[in-house]
Amino acid sequence: MLLGIIILIVKCMVVAVAMVSTVPMSLLAERRLSAFIQDRLGPNRVGPFGLLQPVADVIKFFFKEEFVPDKANKIIYIIAPLIAFVPGVITFAVIPWGNVSWGNSFATGETTGFLIGSTGSLAVADVGIGILFVIAISSLNAYGLAYGGWSSNNKYSLLGGLRSSAQIISFEIAMGLVLISILMSTGSVDLNKIVIDQKDVFWGFIPNWLCFRQPLAFLLFIITAFAETNRLPFDMPEAEPELVGGYHTEYSSMKFAMFFMGEYIAMATMSAVITTLFLGGWYFPGMEALFPAETTSPIVIGIISSFIFSAKTAFILFFFIWVRWTLPRVRWDQLMKTGWSILIPLALLNIVLTAIIKSI
Amino acid sequence: MNLMNEPSTQYNKRYRKMNFIEMLYLPAIAKGLVNTLRHLLRIKKFTVEYPEKKLVYADRFRGEHRLKKDEKGRIKCVACYMCATACPAKCITIVASKTPTEYGEDRDKYPKEFTINELRCIFCGYCVEACPCDAIEMTQRHPQVYGTREEFIYNREKLLNN
Repeated sequence: MLLGIIILIVKCMVVAVAMVSTVPMSLLAERRLSAFIQDRLGPNRVGPFGLLQPVADVIKFFFKEEFVPDKANKIIYIIAPLIAFVPGVITFAVIPWGNVSWGNSFATGETTGFLIGSTGSLAVADVGIGILFVIAISSLNAYGLAYGGWSSNNKYSLLGGLRSSAQIISFEIAMGLVLISILMSTGSVDLNKIVIDQKDVFWGFIPNWLCFRQPLAFLLFIITAFAETNRLPFDMPEAEPELVGGYHTEYSSMKFAMFFMGEYIAMATMSAVITTLFLGGWYFPGMEALFPAETTSPIVIGIISSFIFSAKTAFILFFFIWVRWTLPRVRWDQLMKTGWSILIPLALLNIVLTAIIKSI
Repeated sequence: MNLMNEPSTQYNKRYRKMNFIEMLYLPAIAKGLVNTLRHLLRIKKFTVEYPEKKLVYADRFRGEHRLKKDEKGRIKCVACYMCATACPAKCITIVASKTPTEYGEDRDKYPKEFTINELRCIFCGYCVEACPCDAIEMTQRHPQVYGTREEFIYNREKLLNN
């Protein structure tokens, strides 16, 4: 029992540290990749290859003036960055970021019950309703942005906050409908079972990942993920040319940094969700044959599978950055039109198609 | 004529209606992604890493000023005040004086003090054009950075050695 609690705490620490260290890494990646895309060099002065640039950024944030607008609603103004920051971290608790037995049944003793689920999942909380939890918690993100925008007592912030709540709610519907087709395809809401369902290959060489089995759902989910995380083709809540800075116009110092971190953590979590749902999570074809669960130590399998998971997540993060520096921002009405009159009907169509294919 | 529903024929000629594939925008997005990826992987970048590498300026670049000396090592300036008069920023201060004995008999006046406030200077080059003796010129070096305002006020010796 005690060992189980200690292991649980260690697992929490690993996930928390990994999440928080994703922020500086993706921050640096964003700056350098954007520079490379624009044929520049980007920040390369602080440390080797500019690797210490995020540290410099954080130090700068600490020394900025802590400013609260005069007529702001102080309590909500202060807790809004926290509300924006926390959901991304909580969501990651249910993501199975590794597996110690390639999804085969794993003997769980009384002591290891906390550590590892029955199928060897390494998620912090191996809940059976993973997808529902992800949907429920990740939409809380909208509260942080809406509160931040509303409590600042600034019209641009308010507009940004309103836009963010409208945008996130509209795209949440399409995202939920896409997930229904995933549930129909895999027959489970358990994220670990969904990953196990994506094992093996079909037609001899294509991995059995849902992005190949459900290409339309994958496309729709990617689009809604961009809207949910306020990334560039759909970054209406903070559209600089229109809204100064959007919901965080009035924020400075570490409160602004919290919003910033929240945004990047939400992005990282969304990448992890995409990896889990569509890219086969911790599984890669052939790895199981290379390191069979019967003969390899569970620790080795755990490390390899979590590396596979991290690599896929990093690729999706790269894709987020890549798209940001490729596409211009869409107009507000185009965004809403895309969400309501294109994505939702397509998601419904996808459900029907999935049902037909499933019933054949 | 209803402009909203019936665009002019000229408009139709220039912008044909998009077909279904184009209306998806996805091929165009993929093309854009390939384009940015090509730039991402491109080795040659346009950035000049300034303190280590410097661009070569054009010959006519107007940088910091310099006072010239003649072939006998004397300061060429004859303190005629033409440059100070021409200066639109009023940044040149000259104090004229009788030439010292070692300058010889052929020179009457020389600048005892010649200061240029580089903070006020707008680098228009009018002083160079105004000078009748070709005694002042502009170098290729752009203004340096100093810690205090006083350091930007260049005196005669600094300008001679510039």
